[in-house]
Amino acid sequence: MTTTIETQPVREGHGVAQRRSLFDRAVLRHALGDSIRKLDPRVQVRNPVMFVVFVGTIVCIAYSVRTPSVFVISITVWLALTVLFANFAEAVAEGRGKAQADTLRKMRSETSARRIDRDGSEAVVPANELRKGDLVVCEAGDVIPSDGEIVEGVASVDESAITGESAPVIRESGGDRSAVTGGTKVLSDRIVVRITAERGQTFLDRMIGLVEGANRQKTPNEIALTILLAVLTIVFLPVVVALAPFGTYAGAPVKVVVLVALLVCLIPTTIGALLSAIGIAGMDRLVQRNVLAMSGRAVEAAGDVQTLLLDKTGTITLGNRMASRFVQLSGHTEAELASASRLASLADETPEGRSIVILANELFDLGAEELPPGSEFISFTATTRMSGLDIDSRMIRKGAADSVRHWVETMGGSVPLELDEVVNQIARAGATPLVVADGGQILGVIELKDIVKSGIRERFADMRAMGIRTVMITGDNPLTASAIAQEAGVDDFLAEATPETKMALIRQEQEGGKLVAMTGDGTNDAPALAQADVGVAMNTGTNAAKEAGNMVDLDSNPTKLIDIVEIGKQLLITRGSLTTFSIANDVAKYFAIIPALFVVTFPALNTLNVMHLHNANSAILSAVIFNALVIIALIPLALRGVKFRPSSAAEMLRRNILIYGIGGIIAPFIGIKVIDLILTATGAN
Amino acid sequence: MSLALTLVALLIGLAICWRFLGSYMTAVFEGRVRFLNSVERPIYRFLRVDVESEQSWQRYATSMIVFSGVILTVTYTILVLQGHLPLNPQHLASVNPALAFNTSVSFLTNTNWQNYAGETTMSYFSQVMGLEFQQFVSAGVGLVVAIAVIRGFANRGKPTIGNFWLDLTRAVIYILIPFSFVLGVIFVAQGSIDSFAGAIHVHNSLNGVHQTLASGPVAFMESIKQFGTNGGGFLNANSAHPLENPTGLTNFLSILAILAIPVSLTYVFGKMVGALRQGVAVLAAMALLFGAWVGLATFAESQANPAVAHAGITSQPAGNMEGKEVRFGPPLSALFGVSSTMTSTGSADASYDSFTPLGGFALMTGMMLGEVSPGGVGSGLYTILLFAIIAVFIGGLMIGRTPEYLGKKIQAREVKLAGIGVLVMPITVLILTAIAVATTAGRAGPLNAGPHGFSEVLYAYTSQGNNNGSAFGGLTGNTPFYNVTGAIAMLLGRFGVIIPALALSGSLAHKKVVPAGLGSFRTDNTMFVGLLLGVIVIVGGLTFFPALALGPIVEQLSHGRFW
Repeated sequence: MTTTIETQPVREGHGVAQRRSLFDRAVLRHALGDSIRKLDPRVQVRNPVMFVVFVGTIVCIAYSVRTPSVFVISITVWLALTVLFANFAEAVAEGRGKAQADTLRKMRSETSARRIDRDGSEAVVPANELRKGDLVVCEAGDVIPSDGEIVEGVASVDESAITGESAPVIRESGGDRSAVTGGTKVLSDRIVVRITAERGQTFLDRMIGLVEGANRQKTPNEIALTILLAVLTIVFLPVVVALAPFGTYAGAPVKVVVLVALLVCLIPTTIGALLSAIGIAGMDRLVQRNVLAMSGRAVEAAGDVQTLLLDKTGTITLGNRMASRFVQLSGHTEAELASASRLASLADETPEGRSIVILANELFDLGAEELPPGSEFISFTATTRMSGLDIDSRMIRKGAADSVRHWVETMGGSVPLELDEVVNQIARAGATPLVVADGGQILGVIELKDIVKSGIRERFADMRAMGIRTVMITGDNPLTASAIAQEAGVDDFLAEATPETKMALIRQEQEGGKLVAMTGDGTNDAPALAQADVGVAMNTGTNAAKEAGNMVDLDSNPTKLIDIVEIGKQLLITRGSLTTFSIANDVAKYFAIIPALFVVTFPALNTLNVMHLHNANSAILSAVIFNALVIIALIPLALRGVKFRPSSAAEMLRRNILIYGIGGIIAPFIGIKVIDLILTATGAN
Repeated sequence: MSLALTLVALLIGLAICWRFLGSYMTAVFEGRVRFLNSVERPIYRFLRVDVESEQSWQRYATSMIVFSGVILTVTYTILVLQGHLPLNPQHLASVNPALAFNTSVSFLTNTNWQNYAGETTMSYFSQVMGLEFQQFVSAGVGLVVAIAVIRGFANRGKPTIGNFWLDLTRAVIYILIPFSFVLGVIFVAQGSIDSFAGAIHVHNSLNGVHQTLASGPVAFMESIKQFGTNGGGFLNANSAHPLENPTGLTNFLSILAILAIPVSLTYVFGKMVGALRQGVAVLAAMALLFGAWVGLATFAESQANPAVAHAGITSQPAGNMEGKEVRFGPPLSALFGVSSTMTSTGSADASYDSFTPLGGFALMTGMMLGEVSPGGVGSGLYTILLFAIIAVFIGGLMIGRTPEYLGKKIQAREVKLAGIGVLVMPITVLILTAIAVATTAGRAGPLNAGPHGFSEVLYAYTSQGNNNGSAFGGLTGNTPFYNVTGAIAMLLGRFGVIIPALALSGSLAHKKVVPAGLGSFRTDNTMFVGLLLGVIVIVGGLTFFPALALGPIVEQLSHGRFW
């Protein structure tokens, strides 16, 4: 038997996250309209780089009205296209979110609620008239009208509308499973729900706002980059403006339209045009993985995380312990032990119990799963700490070593000396020993092991390569914890964890300047979720946990924390790479435009025309066209993000500098030359 | 001395300076050197400085501005009242206000652009009390600003960045005065002069010619001129004059003195931030750039002068000898030139105007790259750190983390301040050059027509905007237009960088340090050095390429080829 079981791959494309092709036709059609609407100067001024292009285009339009020529008009048209392409990039990114929001909105509309008024009577009211604190009744088939908490009853709920998970979940009053979300459907039973969200403040409303990017704010890093781009734009203004008197002094006056063209080519339009699309697409990539980030800031912080706190259960191990071995004591056979263990577990519905039956059957093929006639199941209680089966007078028990030992002694049996040794050995290895006794005789020990998810060790190795420390959080004792930690390959563990020690660990890491990410679902996780820099709440968790965290995972799959970190990193890398590309492009543009400007006055400057461009006008136009087309060409990259492979910082830097830095220098030389050849061939010059 | 031998000796000399001057300066600014305590105390008492209290960046900057304002006023007053002041054996007249303004700003900003000939304009009193005094304190100010910026990186959550008055006093009395004194003594021993006796009148009875040999306190001004990367000499011919720079040894020591502090500051940086490798990385970037430019300039000046060749003299085995001192020759003059222009010194032992266009291109671009390799005393380090912040920001993004330098997160404010600090110089230079070539007053300046004339104007503002002070010659600079616009360039080029740099230091100082790990962006390896060089060259190149194309590039290409 293998001790690992395949992990669920992260599902994509359910619920909110309708997987859309990069260029969904409906989205594109909408985006075309939006790119025109975004020409509003009030929109343009928000992006300093593109605003300069916008103003430059207007100058050129005025110029081409006064002195029209094919060259001037071509330049003007391509400058206008540059602005439109930038608008289009942003509109496509936004459009993808809007399409998702529309799906969600349909869900919200036209729900009615059965409100219980103070006198106990029921009234049917529209869902949007519900106030915080109202009580509503939901029965099988009803859609839950708003977010709330179950105060009475238990029900199975279909949450697929939000999470995409088709299997119904159980929601019940009290405890950590009492939260329900508006828009989900009750499948069975009857519950009374106290509404906890005001109108327009529900989870669904928040989700719509988030995917739509309605109140999207620039994130700290985006602001810093915008400043750098503004700086790079401002510096080229005097460069170009000063060129006018320089040219005049040299006896080679330069036309305004050419100066504008040069300016637009030099300022970082590529990254300027794609910057907001990159940010929106980053959020969108999270949504595709069914994670909702409450702010872009949290996504960025995810990229910076240096410590990951991971709950053992569900993240590192599959939730349950499984029987992995039978260790018989001398005088008994393994088959004897397996058979007794199976009998003791047949009626035990816990996952551990079931795993014992399965293991026994696998090893010895003990036949069908039915209780022998006349048997009575002895269930586990907190006082006996044992369970088992009585078949007539035969009594089989399994349980913690102490309890079983005590029970055997009271039965008048003796406890073999080797038991302690076996039990300790199993415990030392991080597993749980269950002692099995048949009447007065101890047969042996069942080893129950935590099953580490397959592939998790490799993910942790990736994390380590990226310089991220993984810490396993568990309520187990240090011995067990250390064994599992070793098996899973985490860097550290916190055993016997309580909400307080968890909190203390986060604080301690943060004091050292590190950013911490964690997942959680219970109400007692809420303070730690709030304290962590990235707190991912599970959707199955309580409202308190969801409020405290800055992300919600709709699939409630804690392993996804690792994906979130990678998406955060990819977002920053995409920005950095395209900035480098944009700046590196300038070199070629200079070699295209500068000789073209002055070659008539100084024929010697033709030496700088290394691309051998056809003539001055063609050179300038080719540079402008390249500059515009490269925006369109890079939209898919901006939306998808640059390829991300977990590796060390040095390796990533080397790779990205090679592709986007060196590549950014070379690509435009080729691109401009090709455009020049096409222009010449088509006789456009 | 051959070029190769000079370079080897220079390398050894600089290595010694880096290690020992570096650790000595670290000790001085950490307050561990106190042997002149008895000199320090009265100064602090006079200035009413509380030795214990440190300043925020705002107070530090304010102190620096107040100090600079007072010094500027005093120097200006000395110059305009020169005719009424003592130590004026030549009975030189007072300096006119525009020139006095340009000159006092020039020495205040460590530029030492000279729109005058020292021996025929300035009295001994003006030279010593006005200009030489400024050569000490302006170098001192540059030095302490660099230290304050380093403290911003080194501090862990402490918002203060030192005490300006304390730092400046220590910089001057422990570092600048003692070393330049020793250097001055060597210069005197080698034949440089230092006297208050007035000019020497020589009458040659054989041909009846009467000669006046300028004299004065030259040698000790010479030493701080180089050691403080000032560049303003006593005599008009600067280091080409045998009384300023008498021998091969003094020529070598001049180059060494110019480079000593800027190079050693990288050691101080590494030590103070607690990782010497960080300093080495910065030094490596400086050294690579410097080496490349020395190569370019030496190559260019070893070529035949194209104009001379055009006149029929094709055989020029020594290279381009026009404007060179026969004592030094083209390769050593090229080395001196690059050392002087890449350090914001601006002294000269040859005529830069007579360099080949490619050689002139090397000198001009040496300045245009922002004077960071290794740059002026202090200014080189704080300017390259601004470039480093931008390099770290772009590079850091590419590894998917909020960029951090030495554990300090680089965010919007840091990017903004570094951006301003890096951009002030090119914007100032380009706009003033544009104004000059567009106005009658400006067009009257250049001696030559065409691209070379343009180069003369561009060079003048590049030199002043970078606080270099070297002159390309050919430009008539002593006009109200050039005096005033030049002063503006120098002030912006100096304080437009210092103030953002100090603000940056303040902003970094109170930040927590993020511990470095595998996922951190490393700033002490080859990759970073390459990235930093890339940013310096690309920013400098992109901003000045069009202007250079119309000046030295087209000039050189007109001779048929660039190489």
